Amino acid sequence: MSHAKQLSIWDPGIVRGAARDVIGKLHPRTMARNPVVFVVEVGSALTTVALLRDMTAGRPGLGFEIQITFWLWLTVLFANFAEAMAEGRGKAQADTLRKARTESIAKRLIGPSVGSGSNRTPYEEVPATSLRKDDVVLVGAGEFIPADGEIIEGVASVDESAITGESAPVIRESGGDRSAVTGGTRVLSDWIKVRVTSDPGHAFLDRMIALVEGAERQKTPNEIALNILLAGLTIIFLLAVVTLQPFAMYSGAPQSVFVLVALLVCLIPTTIGGLLSAIGIAGMDRLVQRNVLATSGRAVEAAGDVHTLLLDKTGTITLGNRQAAEFVALDGVNERELADAAQLSSLADETPEGRSIVVLAKERYGIRGRELADKRAVFVPFTAQTRMSGVDLNGRQVRKGAADAIGRFVAANGGAMPVNLQAIVERISRSGGTPLVVAERTRPLGVVHLKDIVKGGIRERFNDLRAMGIRTVMITGDNPLTAASIAAEAGVDDFMAEATPEDKMRLIRREQQDGRLVAMTGDGTNDAPALAQADVGVAMNSGTQAAREAGNMVDLDSSPTKLIDIVEIGKQLLMTRGALTTFSIANDVAKYFAIIPAMFSATFPVLMTLNVMGLKTPESAILSAVIFNALIIVALVPLALHGVAYRAMTAEALLRRNLLIYGAGGVIVPFIGIKIIDVVITALHLA
Amino acid sequence: MTANGWLQILVYLLAILAVTPLIGRFMTRVFARERTWLDPVLRPVERSIYRATGVDETRDMHWTEYAVAMLLFSGVSMLVLYVMQRVQQWLPVNPQKFGAVTPDLAFNTAASFTTNTNWQAYSGESTMSYLTQMAGLAYHNFASAAVGIALAIAFIRGIAQKERDSIGNFWVDLVRCTLWVLLPFCVAGTLLLVSQGVVQNLRPYDTVTPIDSKEQVIAQGPVASQEIIKEWGTNGGGFFNANSAHPFENPTPLSNFVEMFAILAISAGLTYTLGDMTGSRAHGWAVWGAMAFLFLAGVTTVYWSEARGNPILAAAGADQTTTALAPGGNMEGKETRFGLANSALFATVTTDASCGAVNSWHDSFTPLGGMVPLVNIVLGEVIFGGVGAGMYGILVFIVLSVFIAGLMVGRTPEYLGKKIQSYDVQMAMLGVLVFPLVILALTGISVLSPTFGLASLSNRGPHGLSEILYAFASGTGNNGSAFAGLNANTKWYNATIGLAMLVGRFFMIIPTLAIAGSLGRKKRVAPSSGTFPVTTPLFASLLVSVVLIVGALTFFPALSLGPIVEHLLMNHGQVF
Repeated sequence: MSHAKQLSIWDPGIVRGAARDVIGKLHPRTMARNPVVFVVEVGSALTTVALLRDMTAGRPGLGFEIQITFWLWLTVLFANFAEAMAEGRGKAQADTLRKARTESIAKRLIGPSVGSGSNRTPYEEVPATSLRKDDVVLVGAGEFIPADGEIIEGVASVDESAITGESAPVIRESGGDRSAVTGGTRVLSDWIKVRVTSDPGHAFLDRMIALVEGAERQKTPNEIALNILLAGLTIIFLLAVVTLQPFAMYSGAPQSVFVLVALLVCLIPTTIGGLLSAIGIAGMDRLVQRNVLATSGRAVEAAGDVHTLLLDKTGTITLGNRQAAEFVALDGVNERELADAAQLSSLADETPEGRSIVVLAKERYGIRGRELADKRAVFVPFTAQTRMSGVDLNGRQVRKGAADAIGRFVAANGGAMPVNLQAIVERISRSGGTPLVVAERTRPLGVVHLKDIVKGGIRERFNDLRAMGIRTVMITGDNPLTAASIAAEAGVDDFMAEATPEDKMRLIRREQQDGRLVAMTGDGTNDAPALAQADVGVAMNSGTQAAREAGNMVDLDSSPTKLIDIVEIGKQLLMTRGALTTFSIANDVAKYFAIIPAMFSATFPVLMTLNVMGLKTPESAILSAVIFNALIIVALVPLALHGVAYRAMTAEALLRRNLLIYGAGGVIVPFIGIKIIDVVITALHLA
Repeated sequence: MTANGWLQILVYLLAILAVTPLIGRFMTRVFARERTWLDPVLRPVERSIYRATGVDETRDMHWTEYAVAMLLFSGVSMLVLYVMQRVQQWLPVNPQKFGAVTPDLAFNTAASFTTNTNWQAYSGESTMSYLTQMAGLAYHNFASAAVGIALAIAFIRGIAQKERDSIGNFWVDLVRCTLWVLLPFCVAGTLLLVSQGVVQNLRPYDTVTPIDSKEQVIAQGPVASQEIIKEWGTNGGGFFNANSAHPFENPTPLSNFVEMFAILAISAGLTYTLGDMTGSRAHGWAVWGAMAFLFLAGVTTVYWSEARGNPILAAAGADQTTTALAPGGNMEGKETRFGLANSALFATVTTDASCGAVNSWHDSFTPLGGMVPLVNIVLGEVIFGGVGAGMYGILVFIVLSVFIAGLMVGRTPEYLGKKIQSYDVQMAMLGVLVFPLVILALTGISVLSPTFGLASLSNRGPHGLSEILYAFASGTGNNGSAFAGLNANTKWYNATIGLAMLVGRFFMIIPTLAIAGSLGRKKRVAPSSGTFPVTTPLFASLLVSVVLIVGALTFFPALSLGPIVEHLLMNHGQVF
């Protein structure tokens, strides 16, 4: 999906598609779901009827009425267009997904299928769509996996690029935490037996397609609440406008239905009403773009509310492997000599730890990696028995390994370990590092300090999170000492050492008891209960089926830091709704100043004092307000789709900023906009 | 405007500021059933009331039960008052031998006093017997005030508690409020007013012959005791038709100050109680600050507009400047012993609260000066507001403010740890809807009807519109002050305003209690720096904006055809 190209806002294909959908959305039953836009549609219908009546009555000079009616309909269409645009973007992504879902033939096993240890089991060929839960299928090299499932036998490399966009194949095997496979992905080598875990139509890809298309979109709790607010405001303005007519008649200035509907449409929150569903769809879309699949919009919203993030140390906070950070030479040994020996012993060591030693020696002492082939070197690889590795070269025997292993090696050669070596080893262990002792035959040289390397930039991210009021808790299997030192270095708020799944569960429960929402990532089967308990549980796509089902989101990239992105998307979604609601309501001030004087200036010319914008004529004033009201919807479509800019700061600062931009801005912008439109339509002699 | 005038306004606000924590803390203790210094006297009385009525004071109620108890109590009280007015000619303590009150007026008055509105379509001194005044009307002055405060406390409990179904016991709140909060101050206040010359007797009216040798009937009665609860409970129903402009109700600047002070004291105190009970005193002060801001904006506008006077008179050569000898400005309908500043202040205070007592005629104010009381009412009387009613009114606005603010900071909105969800927004919107629905619809119908609507209207044009709008706003908002200029003692107005008062009170209360119940059941979410704080000036200004925007956007069209156009026309030399 990450290869699904980043679509530009005004992608011509999507705009064309959206323009087509716009008319279909005019059906009252569809419209009734959105009360604000529905009122606009009813108003437009009302003016249309009035217009037809006036036309058949042969009333001359209907230019104003025709234009008002035209722009009212356009307002409805623009609101539909915004939603269609969002859906169009979703569909474009769904189409990419659909291509992956080729209609394939599955080999369904017959009879006892497990444990044969071979791929020579009897099977029948059936269409993939006829597979049901708990069927077992055989998938060989080059074949597509027909449905979501769990490997029960075998190991294979699988190309999952169709859903993750990652082209490198991944290993999937039975048992353990990497047993889940996804329908639509392809086995590259070997064979596997897969127990199907979902009925057709409910597979991963299907759910994903439905979600991005908006077909399964259910309104989220906050969206429902906001809808109620908007409906309430609409009713209030409906009352204000409907009762204005009696007041106007009393004052001797009865108004035409065109003017009243125009006022109503300008006052009700059409901007947010028109963009609301687009914001929701776009939020989902942003998640999918980052390769996260949420089972519901509710989960996305919950992500924005999270108080506490439980983060696994490895992969999230630290790089996956330990790296050399320091050479500690023994007394009488030159540090450079130690570095040279350590590098020598690691030149053939392809493990990340080994490579990091080579790099550190080069960085610290400028010792370049040597081509060892020339020097008839003999490598001694690491084995579980010796627990050390090294090189024999020109009679030198250099070894590195755990302290006791090297101790035995040195002793076997007739040497002895100095007393202070043990002290160095202990110090490094205590600080959370791994000590790697280096020795040459009888002579211990010193210790390489391997330590967890905290990811670059992660500290800043935690600071951002803290500013947003989110606590980070590091979860690790390390001992408390190690955990504490890494926690301090990474800048997490808290840590949990020697964590068992039960500990995690307890921690989540405790946080929730105190009224905090918890988010976590997990991949193993033993993570499943915690994932289910957490308010936001993000399962790694590489994880087990159990984990994937327990969580309410799946990260297709299996990237542990994704959780932070998800929180931001959740917040951004709510912020966009709040900002546009504020903007929409703030706009009403200017519209009143445009329309009210225009309505009553014939009866009370003094009311033109309120015409602070100096709009040309009453008709041009009302028309300008209606046109502005319609155009602002389209103008804000990009904001609705991209979401308002998100910055990590405290709620207070964030609110001040957003109130300034969308509240104060919402008051000022329409004054300018309506004035400009008035100038233009007056110049064009439209009113 | 004079420095002296401003000084008086400032002293008034400082007095309210000073009393806020005292009354607030006291009310927290009273409603938490903690010990107070009045307990030795009042606790036995309280116990005997429960014994006599069979109330179990330890049992808490679900919000629906609380609401039913409140409705039952109000309903029965209203019925009793209606009957009492209809049969007062047969009852004792009626030295003036007043006859039965007409059914429509009796209904209107019963609704009016039950809802803490005290809209008076009658003249007290020529309609109501002393018994009706004391046992009927004054009783409601206590009861309706206690009901309002009880409801506010129930709401605050809902916010303060977590995961509980009940929000307190209505009967206990009612009794404790009456005994602890209302009665003691009224006893002291009555004596203070009597010292200023407010009358307190049960004598028949005197007939005297003043120097102009025309015979005059001097109405009197048990005024002082009724006067103090009229303000302390933000009732506003005067003993006399002239209300607090009458020298027997409000004789001196000091009595005037006491009365104004009594109007806002409890409501201001409730902001502190809100902070106290929810454990966030800063929040209480933030709400106080928002209210004080709106209060100052209102009083400034009235004072400025009244001091400016009428430009038409100025053009005609009348001197309206304030001097040591002349109050200047627009003194029509104002008492010289109060002058511009205290009239402007009283008008603002009485409509900020849902009191409705008046010491000057709002109808005679300049258009903008008269618009402020009207705006204060249609904003929902949440600028301190009526006792209790102001608190639960502002809480509805707070829920809406917090909802919008919460979205804007990217979180599910929460208020003091309680999530604001669709049910709460729904109820808040229902509460907000009641106002425009009743006020605008009934005004709309009235202005279109030349017979029942406009026949009893004395002014035409924008001013006439203001008068009808004000009448329905005052009724729906349970204010009770009259703009005057409209004879509201007609079948149409008695019935519709009576209905408006009932709807405006109880249709506001039910959704409010529903929110209280819903919040009370919720878990308390832990605060973090990602939570929008409700203790800051930013919150206060947001609250002010929401109150203004909801009120202004709803009523701006109507106002523009009433006071606004009247003001503009006045500047162009036309009056109504």
